[in-house]
Amino acid sequence: MRFERSHTRKAAVVAVASSLVLLASACGGGDDGGSSNGGGSAGALEGRGPITLASGKDTSGNLQNQLNAWNASHPNEKVELKELPEDADAQRQQMVQNAQANSDAYSVLVMDVVWTSEFAANQWITQIPEDKVPDLGKLIPATVETAKYRDKLYGVPITSDGGLLYYRKDLLTKAGITDAPKTWADMVAACQKVQALPEAKGMGCYSGQFEKYEGLTVNFAEAVNSAGGSIVDKDGKPSVNTPEAKAGLDELVNGFKTGAIPKAAITYKEEESRRAFQEGKLVFLRNWPYVYAKAAATDGTSKVAGKFGVAPLPGKDGPGVSSLGGHDYAIASSAKNKATAIDFINFMASEARQKANIEKTSQAPTWASLYDDAALNKQFPYLAPLKASIEKAQPRPRVVKYGDVTAAIQQAAYDALNGKVAPDKALADLQTKLQSLITQ
Amino acid sequence: MTATAPVAERPAKEPKQPKRQQRFNEGTGRLAAMLLSPTMLVLGLVVLFPIISALRESLYTSGTKLDENGFIVKGSTFVGLQNYTDIFKGEIGDRFWNAFYNTTFFTVICVVLETVLGVVMALIMHKAFKGRGVVRASILVPWAIPTVISALLWKWIFQADGIANDLLGTQILWSTEGWQSKMSVILADTWKTAPFIGLLVLAGLQTIPAEVYEAAKVDGASVWKTFTRITLPLVKPALLVAVLFRILDTLRIFDLPFVLVGPHKDSVETLSMLAYDEAFNTRYGPAAAYATVLFVYVAVVAYAFVKILGADVIGEARAKKPGGGGKGRRKKREIEEAPGVAMGAAAGGGGV
Repeated sequence: MRFERSHTRKAAVVAVASSLVLLASACGGGDDGGSSNGGGSAGALEGRGPITLASGKDTSGNLQNQLNAWNASHPNEKVELKELPEDADAQRQQMVQNAQANSDAYSVLVMDVVWTSEFAANQWITQIPEDKVPDLGKLIPATVETAKYRDKLYGVPITSDGGLLYYRKDLLTKAGITDAPKTWADMVAACQKVQALPEAKGMGCYSGQFEKYEGLTVNFAEAVNSAGGSIVDKDGKPSVNTPEAKAGLDELVNGFKTGAIPKAAITYKEEESRRAFQEGKLVFLRNWPYVYAKAAATDGTSKVAGKFGVAPLPGKDGPGVSSLGGHDYAIASSAKNKATAIDFINFMASEARQKANIEKTSQAPTWASLYDDAALNKQFPYLAPLKASIEKAQPRPRVVKYGDVTAAIQQAAYDALNGKVAPDKALADLQTKLQSLITQ
Repeated sequence: MTATAPVAERPAKEPKQPKRQQRFNEGTGRLAAMLLSPTMLVLGLVVLFPIISALRESLYTSGTKLDENGFIVKGSTFVGLQNYTDIFKGEIGDRFWNAFYNTTFFTVICVVLETVLGVVMALIMHKAFKGRGVVRASILVPWAIPTVISALLWKWIFQADGIANDLLGTQILWSTEGWQSKMSVILADTWKTAPFIGLLVLAGLQTIPAEVYEAAKVDGASVWKTFTRITLPLVKPALLVAVLFRILDTLRIFDLPFVLVGPHKDSVETLSMLAYDEAFNTRYGPAAAYATVLFVYVAVVAYAFVKILGADVIGEARAKKPGGGGKGRRKKREIEEAPGVAMGAAAGGGGV
C-alpha cells in the first residue's frame, strides 16, 4: 500500500512536470508574439480580403446597415461585425487581449477617442499615412487630433461628441433673459433671477457629471480648458498647477459650496443628471447631444419637452471649451487585409455614409459640412451649437497611461469638490502625480 | 505508536508473503497511478498551472518604458520581489493598507451579521407552520440573484433620489466617500448572503433528531438553554463550514463595491479591486503580486479558522471516533500515513 502511495506521488510529479512544460511553452509563445508584433508601426497597408469590425454593442441598430452598404459593393472584401460589450472598459479589455494574443480576429477597431495613445504606443494599432485618407481635410480638425499620437495618424474619426448646455428657455424668458449665458458669471446671474420666480422654487442651478468616473474627467477638463488652462500642454507635459486651472476648478468647487450645483450632483453620471433636468430640478445642465431627443420626448416621460433650449457651454470670460467624445476607427496591427481595412474606413468616413448614419442614429458626425445641412439642422436642432462646441473642443489628455491619468484626475477633482482637499493642494498633488505618470 | 508496531514486525515473521503482496501492490499502484493521471493532469492544468503562472508573472514587469519614438519597449524584465516590496511602500502602501483594512472590515462585519441573521432565518425556515414554503422561497430569493444584478438593484435604491432616502426621509448621498458607502455595501452583502448561511444551517438543523428536543422538554429546559446547549452544538459543523465559505468569499469581495459604489473610492476599495485595477492598466506583474498577497491572506485566515474553531471542512468527523479529541486527531494522521494498519488502529482507538 505504501508503494501505491509513492506511485501516486510519482503520478503527481509527472502531472506537475507536464504542466510546467506547458507553462514554459506558453511563456515562450508569449515572448515570440511580443517580438514579432513590432511591424505595427510601419504603415504598410497591404492585403485584400474579408475583414472584421470590432465595435461596442450597437445600440442604434444602424451599424449593420452601414456594413451592408459596403458589403453590397465589395463581395470579396466583406466586413463582418464583431460586437463587443456595451461597456467601454470591457471593449477596451477585449481589444487589448486581442492585441496581446497577436490575433487577427479584429481588423478594424472602433476605439474611444481616449485610447489612441495607449494603443499606438503599444503598437496595437497601425500608423496610417495621411495620404491614405484623402478626406481628412473635410473632417473637423479637433476630431482628427484625437486620432493622433506624436503627430502621426493612427485612426480616422467617424463619430464625435461634444458637451452642450441645456437650459430652461421658458423660465429664462419669464425672468426676462433672452439669450443663453455665455459665461459662468452670466449663468449664475441668470440662475438667481430664475430662482426668484415662484415656479422655480427649490430648483438647482446647474449640474454636470461629478460622480467619480470618466465623466468627472470630462467635466473637470472642460472647467479647466474653459478658464484658459490645460491639464497637459501642447508638448505633452502636465500643466495643471496653474492659476487658470485653479480658476476652472474653483468654479466647480464654489458651485458646490454656494449650492448653485446641488449637493446630489456629486453622485450624478449622465443619466442621473439627465433625469434631474427632465424632472424640472435644474435650470442648466451640461450633457451630451443624446439627451436632446429624450428631453424633447412628448410621451410624458419628460416634464421639460418644448421648454428647453440648447447652447454651447459657457466659460470663464466667454464661450467654454468642451471635451471631445466620439469614436475613431483604427487598424489592428495583427490584422490581415489592411488595404481593405483602410478602404473600408474611408468608406465609413465619407460624407454619404456619415449623413446616412446621423439621419438614423443622431450620432454626431465628423464631416464638417454636414453641420450646415439645412435638412439635418431641421431634424436635429442642436447641430449648430454642437458644431460650435466640437470645433472648439479639446481632447482629454492624450497620454499612454490614460487609465492611470484619468484615475488621478478623478481623485484630485473629487476630493476638491467634496471639500476634502483645498483646490490648490489638489492641483499641486495632481501635477506631481501626472509628472510621474507621464515622464516615464 | 502501538498501532504501527505490527507493520514493522510482519516482514520478519512472514518473509514471503510481503514480497508477493509488494508485487501485487506495485501492479495496482501502477494502475492507480495511470487511472489517476488524467485527473492529476487536469488538476495540474486548472489549479497548479495558474498558481505557478501567477507567481512567475508577479516577478516580472513589462510595458513601463517608452523608446525615443514613443513606443513601449517590448518584453518583460525580471525584477525579483520588487513588485511585492512596492506594494508596501509610500503612497501605494497607503492604498494597500486601506484596501486591506476595508477587506478585513467588510469580512468581519458582514460575516458576523450574516451568521446571526442566517441562523435566525434557518430557525424560522425549520419551524413547521402554514406558508412555510413561501417563507423559505422568499428567504432564498436574494441568494439566487447574481451579485452584479443585486448591486445594481441596491444602487438604484441608494440613489440620491432613491427609495432609501425617501423611506428614511434623509438626503444621504450613499455612493460618496464615508461611512454611508461602507454601510450600503454591508447591507447589500448581508441581504444577499445571509440566506446562504441560512440554507446550510437549515440542512444542519434537519439532521438533529427530534428526540433530543423532546428529552430537553421533559427535563424542563428553557428555549434559550435548548438553543445554546442542543441546537448550536449540534448544528456547529454545518455552521462553521458555512461561515468559512463566507469568510473566504468576503475576503475576495469585488463586484458589490465595484458596481454599487464604484471603483477608486477609498471607503470601499478592496484588495481584489487593487489587483483588478493593476491588470486593467496592463500591469500584469503588480496585479499578480496583489493577487498573490490576497491569496496568502485568504489562505492564512482559512487555516487559522480551521485550526482555532476546528471547522470540519473535508468530513474528518466521520473518520474520527466520537470523544477522541486531540488524540483522535493524532491517530487520524497515523491512519493516513499507514493505511495498511488502519483497521487495527481504529480498533485500538476504540479500546482507549
